[in-house]
Amino acid sequence: MGRYVIRRLLQMIPVFFGTTLLIFLMVNVMGDPIAGLCGDRQCDPATAARLRSEFGLDKPVWQQYLTYMGNVFTGDFGTAFNGQKVTELMATAFPITIRLTIVAIVFEVVIGISLGVVTGLRRGRPVDTTVLILTLIVIAIPTFVTGLLLQLLLGVEWGIIKPSVSADPTFDELLVPGLVLASVSLAYVTRLTRTSIAENARADYVRTAVAKGLPRRRVVVRHLLRNSLIPVVTFIGTDVGALMGGAIVTERIFNIHGVGYQLYQGILRQNSQTVVGFVTILVLVFLAANLIVDLLYAVLDPRIRYA
Amino acid sequence: MRGATQVRWAACAVAVALAATACGGGDGDGGGGSGGADGIVSSSWGDPQNPLEPANTNEVQGGKVLDMVFRGLIRYDPKTGEAKNMIAESIDSKDSQNFTIKLKDGWTFSNGEKVTAKSFVDAWNYGAALKNNQKNAYFFQYIEGYDKVHPESGSASAETLSGLKVVDDLTFTAKLTQKFSLWPDTLGYSAFVPLPKAFYDDHDAWLSKPIGNGPYTIESYAKGSSMNLRKWDDYPGEDKAKNGGVDLKVFTDNNTAYTDLTAGNLDLVDDVPASQLRNVEADLGDRYINTPAGIIQTLAFPFYEKEWDTDDARKVRQGLSMAINRPQITDQIFQKTRTPASDWTSPVLGEDGGFKKGLCGKECTYNKAEAKKLIDEGGGIPGGQLKISYNADTGSHKEWVDAVCNSINNVMGNNKACVGGPVGTFADFRAQVSTQKLTGAWRAGWQMDYPLIQNFLQPLYYTNAPSNDGKWSNQQFDDLVDKANAESDKAKAVTTFQDAEKILVTEMPVIPLWYQNGSAGYSDRVDNVALNPFSVPVYEEITVK
Repeated sequence: MGRYVIRRLLQMIPVFFGTTLLIFLMVNVMGDPIAGLCGDRQCDPATAARLRSEFGLDKPVWQQYLTYMGNVFTGDFGTAFNGQKVTELMATAFPITIRLTIVAIVFEVVIGISLGVVTGLRRGRPVDTTVLILTLIVIAIPTFVTGLLLQLLLGVEWGIIKPSVSADPTFDELLVPGLVLASVSLAYVTRLTRTSIAENARADYVRTAVAKGLPRRRVVVRHLLRNSLIPVVTFIGTDVGALMGGAIVTERIFNIHGVGYQLYQGILRQNSQTVVGFVTILVLVFLAANLIVDLLYAVLDPRIRYA
Repeated sequence: MRGATQVRWAACAVAVALAATACGGGDGDGGGGSGGADGIVSSSWGDPQNPLEPANTNEVQGGKVLDMVFRGLIRYDPKTGEAKNMIAESIDSKDSQNFTIKLKDGWTFSNGEKVTAKSFVDAWNYGAALKNNQKNAYFFQYIEGYDKVHPESGSASAETLSGLKVVDDLTFTAKLTQKFSLWPDTLGYSAFVPLPKAFYDDHDAWLSKPIGNGPYTIESYAKGSSMNLRKWDDYPGEDKAKNGGVDLKVFTDNNTAYTDLTAGNLDLVDDVPASQLRNVEADLGDRYINTPAGIIQTLAFPFYEKEWDTDDARKVRQGLSMAINRPQITDQIFQKTRTPASDWTSPVLGEDGGFKKGLCGKECTYNKAEAKKLIDEGGGIPGGQLKISYNADTGSHKEWVDAVCNSINNVMGNNKACVGGPVGTFADFRAQVSTQKLTGAWRAGWQMDYPLIQNFLQPLYYTNAPSNDGKWSNQQFDDLVDKANAESDKAKAVTTFQDAEKILVTEMPVIPLWYQNGSAGYSDRVDNVALNPFSVPVYEEITVK
């Protein structure tokens, strides 16, 4: 197990450098960001030149990348065009997005798994069919449609929530955005759990448990669910990273100033320092989440442990 | 798996706790609560692109704040755009080149410091100095010594502008490098405001909470999300705030701001999103404002390309201008938030300021037959096809560029005569424009810095002017601009500028398309909402019911 962990950690190093380099190149391919700083007029050449050297844009890309990575290891992610430190932007954006992600994950776990268990145990019954159709609808509708629709209905028409959240939103403000963000994954979790439960319900150990005369509740929770959760846990684990990086649409709709918003701004203003910095952190989150899932996988079921 | 069970229970507990507070929102505390003279106005905002320094702010979002927090020598009347003395007692000159500026007594910054001649001179020197990287440094280019403190390349050879001299506490003089009779009228721009000592003493602290001399003070500023401004009770000016303050809230998307307005959580949105224009009358009724702003949009051409800089190409440009059905596009695509252009300035200047409706005449009027004739006479579109470049990331330019092309293609009877050329980002688009990479036409726009006809002509069409991206050059035009600047009589200066503008009709270096309007919507909690000629809300006039 120890060797497995070390090998996985070593694998992370090339992935980390590869992804950051790719992002760095992509942002740089988009052209000269200073040209857009002065609006529809030309920046005066002397100021533009000074700004370019201040942000290190006058050097070759490989040198920019090396300097940047060097700085990153000392915790310096550079400065955004509005004079704010990128680390400062991160300090405000990440807590909000993490909160949003937690809400989304809780929805996935609670609603997704419960629905999955219910439908898995009642295969072919009306409940099962209804939920399956519902999940199909949720998967088929894009997030921005659900988001705007809920915002319009709950926020404007019925006045149950505020259409936009405050600058430093609390958990209850993030309930609706979190649900929107979670919706598609939630449908997948339901379907995964259902299939897994349905399959394991016929397994020998479940029959044994029932034969032993264990109460039905205990059979379902202790024996059936625990074994059926392995693929679901994998999915949710990898979803953490996807939710954090993919919140751009949800964050824009509900005015959440999180990671997605900062990334969007950074790309629009071609601010490579912001974009690369945030993506670097997201890559780390992705890698960590994947590692934890893989480790959990090995812990939960020794049969599929590598090495 | 005892551990796993406990985790599940914890998750359930969190969910229950969340559900209990689920309906906590929506209790309608969007506004400040109290109304009347102490009422707080909540307004949409965008994240300023640059640090909030007066000489470094060149876009509307940062300018909005500076307009609330600062007052300069001159202020443009929010209704008419006329330049009026604010802190200046008088700005006199005998020769249109050496100016003596006297200040009114009794002005202070909100921290108690007196506004003196030195507050201005130091601020201007700071703004002009190359080492401070101020994006509006070129505003000081007419003052003597600018080329020393801000050379085109290399390092500065002087720290301060030699043309500025402090005479006494309330007087200073400015010497310009050329005659420029309308120069005092440019001083209302926010780059020219005075700065307190605190700005230089602790720059970082100042940036995190700017201190000025305007009707509002900044109570709190959370970068990137919100700014709370409060009425400054001891403000010495006449335009005191008629509300208790303004809460600016940054929105990730102006659609969300609009939704918040319709839900009653926000009082003012100063940019109605294009996608909502169809509903805005139904949603807001007469609480929707759509008034002209000092912005004109044009099609520019590359005169650094030989084929565009010929006498034949001149005819082609005139023909192209006549091939564009402006009224139809402004009605159908912009829902009347643009007005078809018939000169190269803006209606906000007013007749006295130099706006002349119809100056362009038949050359800017849709005429299918004449247009085709002119283009054919000129030997057709250079290269056989007109490509209009635009940035595709913001401003929904695709729609109107396609419509313009459609109009031209109709006239030419060839659906390949004109095509749109999208460029991924604004920065990339600007980079291509400013380094003369484009070989076809491109969309151009000009937002005025100050309401003067000079500002619509000289920076754009004078030979080698900073925003003359197409590199058009015409000696006659340059001479007339020089003559107008030297004119000591204002009315005469304006007519001379108009004479210069008439050259643009025959040469057609850029095709004027339309004047842009400012749009805003407000809630029924507030009154007296208006936009100034820069399409910024006049915040201090807003009253809360």
